[in-house]
Amino acid sequence: MSSAVRQWRRPPLIADARLRWALGLGALLYLGLALASLEVNWARVSEGLVRGWRFVEGFLQPDFSSRSDDILLGLQESITMTITATVAGVALSIPFGIGAARNIAPAPVYYCCRALIAFARTFQEVLIAIFFVAMFGFGAFAGFLTLTLSTVGFLGKLLAEDIEDIDETQVEAIRATGAGWWQVLDYAVRAQVMPRLIGLSVYRFDINFRESAVIGIVGAGGIGATLNTAMDRYEYDSAAAVLLIIIAIVMLTEYISGFVRRQVQ
Amino acid sequence: MLRIEALGKTYRTGDRALDGISLTVAPGEVVGLIGPSGAGKSTLIRCINRLVEPSAGEILLGGEAITAVATRHLPAVRRRIGMIFQEYALVERLTVMENVLSGRLGYVPFWRSFLRRFPQRDIDAAFALLDRVGLAAHVDKRADALSGGQRQRVGIARALAQEPELLLVDEPTASLDPKTSQQIMQLICEICAERALPAIVNIHDVALAQRFVSRIVGLHGGRVVYDGTPDGLSTTVLERIYGVADWSALAQPDGERCDAAPAALLATGAGL
Repeated sequence: MSSAVRQWRRPPLIADARLRWALGLGALLYLGLALASLEVNWARVSEGLVRGWRFVEGFLQPDFSSRSDDILLGLQESITMTITATVAGVALSIPFGIGAARNIAPAPVYYCCRALIAFARTFQEVLIAIFFVAMFGFGAFAGFLTLTLSTVGFLGKLLAEDIEDIDETQVEAIRATGAGWWQVLDYAVRAQVMPRLIGLSVYRFDINFRESAVIGIVGAGGIGATLNTAMDRYEYDSAAAVLLIIIAIVMLTEYISGFVRRQVQ
Repeated sequence: MLRIEALGKTYRTGDRALDGISLTVAPGEVVGLIGPSGAGKSTLIRCINRLVEPSAGEILLGGEAITAVATRHLPAVRRRIGMIFQEYALVERLTVMENVLSGRLGYVPFWRSFLRRFPQRDIDAAFALLDRVGLAAHVDKRADALSGGQRQRVGIARALAQEPELLLVDEPTASLDPKTSQQIMQLICEICAERALPAIVNIHDVALAQRFVSRIVGLHGGRVVYDGTPDGLSTTVLERIYGVADWSALAQPDGERCDAAPAALLATGAGL
C-alpha cells in the first residue's frame, strides 16, 4: 500500500511562473509610475473646495420656486423628448435588430444592419448631440434625434444578439410545419425574444431620461439646458433643485422599469 | 408512399453523413430507424423535409420529387410532413393551443397566424387533437409549464395538426423516463394505426423499437446495414449496426407491436 501523501493545488491561470511574476510586478510598476505622473495643483484644489462647498450649500437649500417656470418647461421638454425618442428608437431598432441577427438575416442585409448599428454606437450621445445641434439648431428636436439614434444603436445590438442566442430547435420545429419566413419570425423568434425586448425598452427609457439631462448641456434642450443655465448664472440653489428633480425621476423610472422587467420575465 | 433513392449527404466539413440510402415506406407502415450516434439517422429524416439539403439522390412523397422542389415552394412540401422532436421543440413561451395551431402555419396566410385568427375548422381540429392526446385541460397553459411527457404530447398534436401524409419522429423518448417513453411510443403507434399514417421513428432504444415497430432499418456510417423485422435483430446484426458489445441482455420482442396488432394496443393503452 502506498503511503505517499498526494498533494493537489489548483493549476495557476498562467502556467509559466516567470511570466506570472513578471506580469504582476509589471502591473504594480505601471501603477506606481502612473500615480507619480499625476500633477496635482494643491492651491487650485483648496480654491475649488470653497466653490464645491457653495455647491453643497445650494444643495442644502434647493430653490424650486424662483426658476420654477424654466424648470417645468425643461422638465416637460425632457419627458417629451424621452418618450418620443424611446418609441421611435424601439420601433426602428426592431427591423435593424432583426437584420443584424446572423442566424435569420441574409448576409448582405446582415452586414448593412451591423454597420449601421456599429456606427450608431461609435459616438457617445454628447458628440451626436453636438452634431445634431449644429445641424438643426438648439432645442429639443436635436435632442430627440440624438436619443433616437443612440436607442437604435443600443437596442438594435442587444436585440440582434438576443435573436442569435435563441433556441434553434424551436425555429426548426416551426419551419418544419411549413411556416413561411414571417411566420417563423412571429412564432419561433418573437415568442422567444419578446420579454427581453420589453425589458430592454423600459431600461432604455430610463437611460434616455438621464441622457436627456446631459445632452441638454450642449444645447439639445430639455432639463439639461435649464441645469446649464442655472450653473452658468452661479445659481447653485436652482441647479440643486434641478438635480434633485432629475434624481427623483431617475429613481422613479428605475423602480418602474425594474418592476416591469420582473413582470415580463 | 415515401420512396428514397440513393440518397447521399456530405456536409461542408467533408463528413459523409449519408451514403446511397434507398428505402421505401408503404402507406401505414411504421419504420424504426436505429443506429449508433453519428450513423446519420437524424440527417436522414431531416433530408426528407429538407431541413437538411441532400447532396445526392431523390426523395419521392406520393409520387412528387421533394428533392426537386424550389426553396420558395418548400413550405408547401413541409406542411405535408409532420415532425416530432427529441427535446419536444415546442415554443416554450407560447400556449399549448398556439403550439398546436402552429401546425397549421403552412396552410393559413400570415395575417391570420399573426392575429391568432385561425379558421374555426382548424380550432375544432386542434381541440379534438388535444382531447386525443389527453391535454384538454391544459389548452391555455404555457408550454414550459408542462411536464416532459405532456410536452411531447403537445409535439405530437402539433405534428398531427398538419394533417400529414408522413410522420417523421426524431428520438421521441430520448428525454423521457422509461414509463413515459413507453406511453409516448404507444401513443405515436396508435395514432399511426388509427390514421394509416406512415412514420419513420429514429430511436436509440433497441428494446423499445423492437416492442413497437414492425420493421427496423439499421444504419451504420450512413449506410443501411439492416432492413427487416425486429425478430431478425440477431447478435450478428446488432454487431453490424452498433459494433461489438454484449447483446444478451436485450429482451426478445414480445409481439406487442402497434401497427401489427392495433386492437391489442388500444386495450392496453386505456390508461394513457
